[in-house]
Amino acid sequence: MNGTLKRAAVACLLMFGLLMININYLQAVKADELRSDNRNTRSFFARYESERGLITAGGETLAKSVDVGGDFRFQRKYIDGPVYAPVLGFFAPESERGIESAENSYLNGTHPDLFVRRTVDLITSKPTRGAAVDLTLVPKAQKIAYEDLQKSGKRGAVVALDPKTGAVLTMVSVPSYDPNTMAVPNKAKAAKAYNKLNADDNEPLINRATSKTYAPGSTFKVITSAAYLSEDGTRDVNTTVDAPNVLPLPGTTIGLRNYHGESCGGRATLIDALTISCNTAFGSMALEMGYDKLQEQAAKFGIGQEMSIPLNVVKSDIGPDEGKAALAQTAIGQRSNQMTPLQMAVVAAAVANEGKVMKPYLVNKIVSPDGDEIDSARPQELDEAITPDTADKLRQMMISVVQNGTGTAAQLPGITVAGKTGTAETAKGAASHAWFISFAPAEDPKIAVAVFVESGSAGNDATGGAVAAPIAHDVMQAVLQ
Amino acid sequence: MSAVDDVAAVPMTAKRRGAQLIMLAFAVAIVMVAYANVGLGEGGKVPAGMLGYGLGLGGLMLAAYFVLAKFAPWADPLILPLVTLVNGIGLVMIYRLELATRLASANTQLFWTALGIVMFSITLIVLRDHRALQRMTYTAGFVGLGLLILPLTPFLGKQINGARIWIEIGGFSIQPGEFAKLALVVFFAGYLVAKRDVLALAGRRLLFIDLPRARDLGPVLITWVVSVGVLVLEKDLGTSLLLFGAFIAMLYIATQRTSWVLIGVLLFAGGAFIAGQLFSHVGDRFEVWLNPSDPALFYRTGGSGQLMQGLFGMGSGGILGTGLGQGHPWLIPLSFSDFIFAATGEELGLTGLMALLMVYALIVERGLRTAIAARDPFSKLLAGGLSFILAWQVFIIVGGVTNLIPLTGLVTPFMSQGGSALLANWILIALLVRMSDAARRPPPQAIQDEGLTQVFQR
Repeated sequence: MNGTLKRAAVACLLMFGLLMININYLQAVKADELRSDNRNTRSFFARYESERGLITAGGETLAKSVDVGGDFRFQRKYIDGPVYAPVLGFFAPESERGIESAENSYLNGTHPDLFVRRTVDLITSKPTRGAAVDLTLVPKAQKIAYEDLQKSGKRGAVVALDPKTGAVLTMVSVPSYDPNTMAVPNKAKAAKAYNKLNADDNEPLINRATSKTYAPGSTFKVITSAAYLSEDGTRDVNTTVDAPNVLPLPGTTIGLRNYHGESCGGRATLIDALTISCNTAFGSMALEMGYDKLQEQAAKFGIGQEMSIPLNVVKSDIGPDEGKAALAQTAIGQRSNQMTPLQMAVVAAAVANEGKVMKPYLVNKIVSPDGDEIDSARPQELDEAITPDTADKLRQMMISVVQNGTGTAAQLPGITVAGKTGTAETAKGAASHAWFISFAPAEDPKIAVAVFVESGSAGNDATGGAVAAPIAHDVMQAVLQ
Repeated sequence: MSAVDDVAAVPMTAKRRGAQLIMLAFAVAIVMVAYANVGLGEGGKVPAGMLGYGLGLGGLMLAAYFVLAKFAPWADPLILPLVTLVNGIGLVMIYRLELATRLASANTQLFWTALGIVMFSITLIVLRDHRALQRMTYTAGFVGLGLLILPLTPFLGKQINGARIWIEIGGFSIQPGEFAKLALVVFFAGYLVAKRDVLALAGRRLLFIDLPRARDLGPVLITWVVSVGVLVLEKDLGTSLLLFGAFIAMLYIATQRTSWVLIGVLLFAGGAFIAGQLFSHVGDRFEVWLNPSDPALFYRTGGSGQLMQGLFGMGSGGILGTGLGQGHPWLIPLSFSDFIFAATGEELGLTGLMALLMVYALIVERGLRTAIAARDPFSKLLAGGLSFILAWQVFIIVGGVTNLIPLTGLVTPFMSQGGSALLANWILIALLVRMSDAARRPPPQAIQDEGLTQVFQR
């Protein structure tokens, strides 16, 4: 019987061999597929198993993971949720948005830089801890920008940059939302909260500073001026240009008029044209230069490029070449000219920074759970949009806007402010957008701001100077004082 | 004098009791570390009851060791430590699952383990010579059949999870099928030893295979009918497959006829096919086996959801596992019973499962070694049959939960929660230990020179 017993033994070994091969197939070869199957609820639980890193700014904690124990151990809590939501985004049961998404691998601890840390946690059987993300935002300025904009009852955005580095000091979008409603470890509840916000006509989930473009109105005149000054180095703030009451637009029966049909006196110096925001002067400058010159100058400011800061910033665009009539309108920020508020802040910052365009960034540094700095921001120059000389001329013109022109509401005591207002018509009869871009102190700029208020007010009279400039004033004051 | 020297030259098997004790301590130590791990992984601290729990298990195993040392001193030194390890890991998993699901109860399982060791000891103490079982061949057969049909009796029988394999006595649910398994293997061994010469007779030759004589098909057909009966009446696919497979394997071991295996496989395949056509729950299992991730099957009641949850758990565990106390094995339905292997795979990973299967394989191979070393046909067949049925049971349930073969519910030996199976399997181990003691015991020493002729080995 020993012969058959031995064969039975071989059969048994064969059975165990088959089982072993099969579990190797399941747990090594097919493991990823099984793990990521959307019917496998473990990935849902796993999201709450690691202690997600903090999100901080200026020494304040903006988002943290709270250990509540149980199946969903670490839950995400946002402090001052609506103020920061457009930047931070949220950590929902199945997805994440904003910085929570862009810096996810650091926050959840899976980034290769955190490998050693993670391995130690694994061996000591501790939950994985993510790295903290420190943002460049200035909480004081962020809060005041949010409050001002919120108080206006309008939709809008505020972006403030450090002109020398590109660090984003303020990024606010209104209306905002409470990210805590979607950070609950309950798919149904989170989805319900999300769907409600998503269906809201005011689009609270959209970060207006980066994700949408709007007609920049007269703030674009800074770019037109830059192109005009750059075209010929001998031009300066006192160079005069045609500024008729009505600029005939070739091929149309209507001409380009000034705001409320005001007059600029036939001819105007560049500084006066910008100070009183004379439409016809900039229209004639553009007609003189042609589309390509304007387009080239815009591109040097970064217009036409998508950006990752690391939030995605959509492309701003001055629009296609549609003939001379269109060009005159493009030059004053109308027609197909569409900018993100962030892009306009970049323009102000470039003028402030002697013409150098710094890439905007939101992440100041990444700090490991032990407090070691893993990575920190490296300011990056994108382009030189204008020469320091041109930048200086533009600075003088923009100072004049705040001191004598449309932007007086942005004046700060003891600090020279340079700025430009904008009031962009959207559609016939619809309320216009109010804009204001500025930087201060003009001699040694520490902050550049773009304020955008969508469809400024119920009437058509809301100008950038009246609606947007006061907000810029408060933000600059918060950063500088 | 020279003849006495010859006897001394026969290699003597060592008792290796010391090695056994060390390995037993090692097994208990692994289990205690695993237990501590659950606490650390779950709540960040060593569980309060760890010492009592560890000492409890250690004490039980020490008692089993002393019984073994006293009543079966020549027994295989590996079997008890290996079984201790598997039983201990099972206890840890159930303790771990108890933290998440109320259906699991570590204390109850520990109680049954203790009772299992009592049964192990009683078997060793009472059954001094396992060949006594040979005289009870037909008694065992009747007892086995009786236990099999017990759940079908009205009032006594109980249907749980679709299978009618339980009886309830005084609040306790008992699965008589687990004990029937033992009785039937004893019966098969006794019966086949008596009839193997007849069954081995060749009948007609077909292609390369000698077919048995038609009249000898009787016992095979009877076993087949019983198996199909279990399948149909108790809806218990697992036990049906287990018993029929074990019978065919023992028939082959006894008669050396490959034709029996072939006939057995054909009969079972035929039976399963017909059952699949007639009973939806059998057919469903095949459908699920072929395409487990099909969404339509996944969301169907009695579909592949349960199986896929097990596979998800194993996949999430990956190569190293999540670590004890750190996975979500309770998401797998029946994680503490039928699916305990998948639950273990989630937390201990591929590494843990490979080790676990290795331990099972070692137990089986130690059993088969005992069969080969045994000195009489009944012992050989009984040890071979018991070892095979253990391996076969592991194959059916583990293969089922890993979708290697269609899923049929069975207990994972020594791991799944459930008293009946633990008791029956500890008795099974006691029988193997008893037989290994007999097999490894040195031949009786001759008192006189001429007495040497009495010594023979098969």
